[in-house]
Parts: sequence; structure tokens; C-alpha cells
Amino acid sequence: MNWTLALPILVPFCAAALAFLLRNRRGSGWISVGGSVLSLILALQLLAEVLRHGVIATQMSAWAAPFGITLAADYLSAAMVLITAIIGLAVALWGMAEVGQISARMGWHGLFQTLIGGVTGAFLTGDLFNLYVWFEVLLISSFGLLVIGGQRKAVDGAVKYVTLNLISTVLFLCAAGLTYGATGTLNMADLRAAVAAHPDQGLMTVIAMMFMIGFGLKAAVFPLFFWLPASYHTPHYAVSAVFAGLLTKVGVYALIRVFTLIFVGDQGYTHEILLWVACLTMLTGVLGAAAQSDFRKILSFHIISQIGYMVLGLALMTPLAVMGGVFYLLHHIIVKANLFLVAGVSRRLTGSSDLYAIGGLYRSAPLLAVLFLIPAFSLAGFPPLSGFWAKYVLVKASLDLGQGLVAFVALLTGLLTIFSMTKIWAEAFWKAHPDGRQPRLASIPARARVLLLSPMIALALMTVLIGLFPDPFVTFATTGAEQLLDPSAYVATVLERGAE
Amino acid sequence: METVLAILSGVLSACAVWLMLSGNLLRFLFGLLLLSNAVNLAIFAAGRLTEGAPPLLGQGGALPGHQMANSLPQALLLTAIVIGFGLFAFALALTIRAYRAFGHLEVDRMRLAEPEEGGK
Repeated sequence: MNWTLALPILVPFCAAALAFLLRNRRGSGWISVGGSVLSLILALQLLAEVLRHGVIATQMSAWAAPFGITLAADYLSAAMVLITAIIGLAVALWGMAEVGQISARMGWHGLFQTLIGGVTGAFLTGDLFNLYVWFEVLLISSFGLLVIGGQRKAVDGAVKYVTLNLISTVLFLCAAGLTYGATGTLNMADLRAAVAAHPDQGLMTVIAMMFMIGFGLKAAVFPLFFWLPASYHTPHYAVSAVFAGLLTKVGVYALIRVFTLIFVGDQGYTHEILLWVACLTMLTGVLGAAAQSDFRKILSFHIISQIGYMVLGLALMTPLAVMGGVFYLLHHIIVKANLFLVAGVSRRLTGSSDLYAIGGLYRSAPLLAVLFLIPAFSLAGFPPLSGFWAKYVLVKASLDLGQGLVAFVALLTGLLTIFSMTKIWAEAFWKAHPDGRQPRLASIPARARVLLLSPMIALALMTVLIGLFPDPFVTFATTGAEQLLDPSAYVATVLERGAE
Repeated sequence: METVLAILSGVLSACAVWLMLSGNLLRFLFGLLLLSNAVNLAIFAAGRLTEGAPPLLGQGGALPGHQMANSLPQALLLTAIVIGFGLFAFALALTIRAYRAFGHLEVDRMRLAEPEEGGK
């Protein structure tokens, strides 16, 4: 049993239990912060281990490989776990200043850690049914986080979020059950050979499509995204930030995992559909954003259009494209969570998230303006920020395959993203506040100011760093993509050495 | 037996879809409950039914001479039922909360988070 793989999952749950038991004490949020710091250290250790060995795997309760539950980490998993820990720590700190005592008493910090634990578990598991269980863990904690704070608007958002996500869960469960019925195994590494060897490939494609719809609903791709813009702008800003950063990406991760490792038999069919889905997701998301005038709603629609880029990387299935998709996934989580945090501070300063009712932030809070511009430019793909490299690689990969139309859609989406970001900039930052307010950062108490700004500055610095020194990240993503496209090392590690 | 279960699962799914399309949140939930049970039955049937062969090993862990039931699908089902129950309880509580907040359960009229005149 390899503790490097198990501890990143265990620690958030221990922190959750402690934070929940002590939820009535002042400062119970520090338990959550402490847990997140520990998670970050463990995630770094996991990444170091993965960098040394390539792929690592372990069996829970020492049941040998295809029968017991496997935990496995390749480059993609390890990077996702690390980025989950980073966002977890950033939002745990930020949330200390935003989440009030009432929400804390309802167990906000405990639920937050459970969510982080569930997300980490989903990234590390090597078992299809176990993946379903982790989805449920993160889903039920996200339900709780969504309604705590309890305004009527949040209840409305939660109804749509809960119902549509439950449908996706049922589909996923059904697909997992049928996979077991058809192949007799649920271990993802074992499934690769079992699915390929199955006599009825048509049946396998049907099951693959059920997975695609189930995960697609979670990832909010076209035409299954309607729950996202209906709910992401209703809860606490800290919740929006962690949802925007991590939750849809779990769906994307599951899509990447299942459609590179298991269902690769009929790529002309499945990946062709993914390609169309990716293009339409990019376009509808960005066009939806153009029609909105609420800070968080614009950002929510942009999540959808960005998901399109990641799915595009998967759909093209060349080493360069998958590398671009992985790079996009990692860069996007940091950028998007940070933008929602900026939206939260702007709401606090100006008193509203309606862009027509706020303004004047550039003059009165220039630091916030800088903190907005960095992730916003990165999202739109301006050089030298991280988003530029991600978009560049994906566009190049589509052109290499002669998919001119796809490259055009990707570039057009980038252009329209700039339009939306300019809109936020012009309304919230550039024009004067309609009521003549001068919202200053200094008006926030010093302690809260530090808690709010330090995670945002750290995330912005990461965006700049990835942009200025993309080499190690590109090398990392390239190796990650190679592992995804040729998972023989993953399969071998899980099935052979996994038995120790 | 598998055929009966497959047909039953199909009928349950059909009823579930009909209920879920009705536009009332409570009916939707009942539909979801039926759908998750339909899926549970499907998994049960997909895991092969073996009559009168308990999944028990002989003395000293020896394999029994005759066929033996596979207990894994049942274990999966049990997990799925427990999780489904928890989620349904939450969804029901949310429905009550929504009824208190809006005074009705017509999903088409729940437009608080997304007002009709785009974004205002």
C-alpha cells in the first residue's frame, strides 16, 4: 500500500471532520486552511513521486489488481491533484474573509474540504465504479455549498443544478453497470484490453456514448450546459470560484481518461462527435456571454466556451492536440478561479455584480484592476500569458490536421472572449461609478484585505510565470499527453506492480 | 428472468421520462427515483442471475464444485441504492425549501436566478 497516493484523499476528509465538529468555534476556517496546506505538501510529494517513476499505482486493502480498487496517478492525475490543492488553499484562505459565521456554523468549511477530497479522489482512482462514488461525494458536498447562505436565488439555482446533475449521475451509473456486465471488470487499466477484445464493438460504442453524455453533462458541454449559467452566479463567491475552477474540469478529466484509455476503438465515430461538440461548445458559450451583463454570469458562460477548447484537444487525438488540451486544463483552472475571486472583491467594493450598476474600480482600486487584467488577458489568449500558449498549441494542432474550420472557430472564440472581457473592463473598471462611489480596497478591514488579496496575487503570479516560462510546463504536458495516448505504462503499472 | 427484468427496467425508464417531462418539480423527483431504480435493475440483470448458488466458498477457501453467484453486482447495487437514497433525501429537502421560497413547484416559473429579459 502506497501512502503517497492515499494521503491526498485522506487529509481533506480528516480536515472536514474536524472542521465540522468544531464548526461553532470562531476560526474553524483555520482548520480548513491547515488541511489545505497539508494537502498542498502531499500533492507536491505525489508529483515528485510521479516525476520519478512515470506512473504509480496502489491497491486498496491489498486486493490484487483487476479485483480490488486501484489508486493510480500518471502525469495528468498528479498535476490535477496539485492544482486542486492550490485552488483549495487559495479559496480556503479567501473564504475566511467572505464566508460569515452563520455559514460557518452550517458547516461550510467542512463541506468545502469534503468537496476537495471528492475531487482529489476522482483524479486518483483507477476504478470506474469508484469514480462514480467520488463523483457522488463531490456532488453532494457541492449541493450543500450551493444552498448554504440560503438566498431565494440560490435555491432556484440549486434546483436546476441538482436535478440535471442527478440525471448525469444516473447515466454514468448505468454505463458503469453495463460495462461490468459486458466485460466483467471495472478496473480502467484492465478495461482497455477487455473493451478492445469484446466481440460486439457496436455495444461498446453505445456504452461509450452513455459515458460521453454523462460526463458531458458534468463538464457542461453543448448542448448539456444549461444548469451551469443557471446556478454558478447564485452562491457565495468562494463557492463560485471553486466550482468554476474545479467541478466542470472533473467532467473534462473523466472524458479525457475514458476516451484515451478505454473507448478508443471507434474514434471515427466518438471523437468526431466530440469535435463537433467542442466547436459548438466554444461558440455557444462565448455568444451566451456576450448577451449577459452580470459579472459572474459572463464568467460562467466563459467557463462553457473554455471547456470547448479542452474537449477540442481530446477530440483531435494527436499528441500535440492532447498536450494542448492538458495544458489548457491546467492553466484554465487557475485563471478562472482567480477571475471569480476578482468578481467577489469587486462586488464587495461596489455593492453589486450588475455591470451597469457598478464602476470606477480602475481609479479607486488600481491593484484590483491589475489583478483582473492578468487572468482576463490570459483567458482571451494574449501573449505572453499562459492562455496564449494553450490556444496557440490547439490552433496549431487543428491546422496540422487540416481542420481549418476548427482553427477558425477557436480563434473566433478567442476574439469574442476579448469582447466580453472588454465589456467587464469598460463597465466595472473604466467608467465612473453611477452613484459616484469611490470604492477603495482600503475600506476593507486589514485582516480581510490580506486574506482576500494574497490568494489572488499568488494565482495571478502563477499565470504570469506559466506564460513567461512555458518550457517546463509544455514539457510536462507533452509527457502527460504521451502517457495518455500510449497508456501501456499505466496499464502495466496498475496490473503488475499494483499487486504488491 | 433477464428478459423480464429488462422489460421492467424499460417500462420504469419510460414512466420516469414521462414524469420528468411534466414540469413539476415533485413529479420530476419521482421520475428520477423510478429512473435510478430502472438503472439498478439493469445493473442487476447485466451482472447475470444465478439461481440457488450462494456466493460462498467451501472450507479453507476452496472453490465450490458447481457454479457460484457473482456477488459484485449486488455490492455495486447496494452502494448505488444507498447513495441514491441520500441524494434523493437531499433533493426532497431542496424541493420543500423551493416550495417555501416560491409557493409553487412549476419549474418553468422558477426564473429568479435567470430573469426573462436577459440578464437585467
